[in-house]
Amino acid sequence: MKLFFFHLMPYADLDLSYAQKHDTAWVTLPNSYFDPAHGKPSYDRYIRELELADELGFDGICVNEHHQTAYGLMPAPNLIAAALARTTKRAKIAVLGRALPLVNNPVNIAEEFAMLDQMSGGRLIAGFVRGIGSEYFASAVNPTYSHERFYEAHDLILQAWTREGPFRFQGKHYQFDYVNLWPRPLQSPHPPVWIPSQGSRETIEWCAAAARKYTYLQTFSPIALAQKNFDLYREIAANDGYEASPQQLGWAVPTYVAETDDIARRELKPHVEAFFNRFLRFPLEMRLPPGYSSVASTKHLIETKFAVRSSDQTIDSLIELGMVVCGSAATVRDTFLHRQKTMGFGNLIAMMQIATQPAEQTEKSLRLFAADVAPHLRRAGVD
Amino acid sequence: MSEPVDQVLDVQGVQIRVQQAGSGAPLLFLHGAGGRNWTALHRRLSNNFRVIAPEHPGFGRSPIPEWMNSVGDLAFFYLDLMEAMDLQGVHLAGHSLGGWTAGEIAIRNTSRLASLTLMAPAGVAVPEAPFGDIFLWSTEQATRAQFFDQALAEKRLAAPADLDLVLHNKTAVARLAWSPRLSNPQLPYWLHRIDKPTLFVWGREDRIVPYACAQPWRARVPQNQLVTLDECGHAIHNEKPDEAADAIISFLKTAP
Repeated sequence: MKLFFFHLMPYADLDLSYAQKHDTAWVTLPNSYFDPAHGKPSYDRYIRELELADELGFDGICVNEHHQTAYGLMPAPNLIAAALARTTKRAKIAVLGRALPLVNNPVNIAEEFAMLDQMSGGRLIAGFVRGIGSEYFASAVNPTYSHERFYEAHDLILQAWTREGPFRFQGKHYQFDYVNLWPRPLQSPHPPVWIPSQGSRETIEWCAAAARKYTYLQTFSPIALAQKNFDLYREIAANDGYEASPQQLGWAVPTYVAETDDIARRELKPHVEAFFNRFLRFPLEMRLPPGYSSVASTKHLIETKFAVRSSDQTIDSLIELGMVVCGSAATVRDTFLHRQKTMGFGNLIAMMQIATQPAEQTEKSLRLFAADVAPHLRRAGVD
Repeated sequence: MSEPVDQVLDVQGVQIRVQQAGSGAPLLFLHGAGGRNWTALHRRLSNNFRVIAPEHPGFGRSPIPEWMNSVGDLAFFYLDLMEAMDLQGVHLAGHSLGGWTAGEIAIRNTSRLASLTLMAPAGVAVPEAPFGDIFLWSTEQATRAQFFDQALAEKRLAAPADLDLVLHNKTAVARLAWSPRLSNPQLPYWLHRIDKPTLFVWGREDRIVPYACAQPWRARVPQNQLVTLDECGHAIHNEKPDEAADAIISFLKTAP
C-alpha cells in the first residue's frame, strides 16, 4: 500500500479548559484563544514535520482545509502545499481537500491546483470536499445548495483542466463567459482526484462510477463504518462493470508509534482524547446545518455516528472502535496488515501529529513508522 | 367559532396546502419559520374575517420548487396565489418570516391588498440588534428565545416534537433565508412603495427579531402604526394571542 502522512496543523497550544465556557472549538470559540506569537513557530514546526516525512520515504504528504477553528490552522491549504512544492522532492502532495461549495469562483481552485501541479513537477493529488457543516456558518454559503455547488464546481474544474479554452460555462450556481486556464496542469489528463468523506451512499456512488473512479478516503470513522463503505464502493464498481483496485480506497486514521505498546498508549492518551473530545467538538446544529445532508440522512447521523462523538471518548474506546491505531512498531504493523487484508484499501493516510502532541513525540513516531512499519506495509494491497 | 377547512391548491404548478375558516373580508395569514399552526390568534381573527392560512412551499414535508431560492420568489408566488384565488381587498398579515414575505409582496404589488399587518417581521436587519441565530441554537435555546414567559417555553419543550417535520421546515427556511441571514438588504429601499395602511405588532422582549428592528420599517413605510406588547417575546400568536387579535381587529376596523 501507499503510505501518506497527514497533517491537520492544529492549534496545539489550545487551552483545553475552553470547554468550561464554550461548547465548540469551531466558529464561535473566540480567537482570543489564539496567541499570535505561537503562529510562526507552529507553521515552522509543522512544515518541517511534513518535509521530514518526505525525507523518510513516505509516498505522500497531506494537508487540508478548515475554517475558523483551533482544529486546523490551514484555511488556505494551498499556501502550505506551495511551500512544500519547493522544499520536498519526491512525495506526492495531497490537498485533502479544497471545499468546493464554499467558493464563488471554482475556476480559481482549478488555477491554483494547476499552479501547484506545475510547481511540484506533477506531484499534486487534488482533493475535493464539501467542507463540514460548520464551514457553512463560517462562509455564509447556503448549506441547502452544498451538494449542487459541489457537483457543479467539480464539473467546471474538470472542464477547465481538460477542455481547450476559452469556453463558456453556464451552470445554475456558476456562470462564466470565459474559462481558459493558464497554466494547464502538468499531469495528463489532470491530477488524480481524491474524495475524502465521512461517507454517504450518494458520495460513494459518485466516486466509484466507472466514468470517474476517484479514490475514496474514509476519514476518522469507526472501523465498522469504513469497512461498510469500502464494501459499498467495490459493490458499486462491480455493478458498473469493473473491479475496484485497492488504490481507489484510502483509510485515514490517527496513528502513533512508540517503543512499546504501553509507552505508546500512555504518551498518546492525552492528545488523542483532546483530539476527539475537545478539538472535534461541536453542537449538533453546527455539525449539521439544514440541508447539508438530506433529512433522512441527517436523522440517521443523529441516531448513529454522532452518538459516538458526543460522548467523552477514552483511548481504550477509540482503539476498540478502530478510530486510532497506536502501539509498538510491531503492533502498528500487524494492525495495519490485518486491516488491509480485511478492508482492502491501497492507501493509508496516517495522521501522525495529533491535537496537542508535541514535536518530539511526532518525530519519534514518524521515524519509528518509517523504519520499522513502512517496509512491511509496502507490499500489502498492491494490485 | 369555526374549525379550519384544509385543501390543496395548484398555483402555477406548485401544490400548496391552505387552511381557511370564517367569512367576510379575506385575511391572508403567512406563517413564520416554525411552520404552519392554527393558533388562538387565527381563531379570534376568523370570527371577523375569512382567514386564509397557506403553508409555504417547502414546509410541512412539501417539496420546495427548484426555482424558489428567496423570499422575493415566495412573494411573487403569493401574488400568483391571490390571483388564482381571485382575492380582492385582502388584509395581508404575516409573522416573522411570513411578515417579511408580506412586506416583499407589498413592495411589488398592492393592487389586491386593503391593508398590511406585520408581526415581528424579519427582512430588515439592524446591525445593533442582530437576529437570534435560529440555525445554530439548540432546540432548547431556540424555544426559550421564542417566549418572554419561560413557563410557556417549558410547556412547548415538554411536548413531543416531530423531528422529521422540524428538519424539513428548517431546511426550507435555510433555502430562503440563510444568506443574507433572514433579511434582504435591498428591501428598505423599496418600502416607500407600500401605499396601504400598515400595522406593526411587536413584542418588546423579542429575542429573535428584536424590537429595535421596528425602527427602519417605521421610518420608511408611509402610513404605519405600531402596537407594542409588553412581556411578550417573538411568538406573539402563542404568547399574547388576545392582545394581538384586539390590536389587529381594531386596526382593520379603521382600515379602508
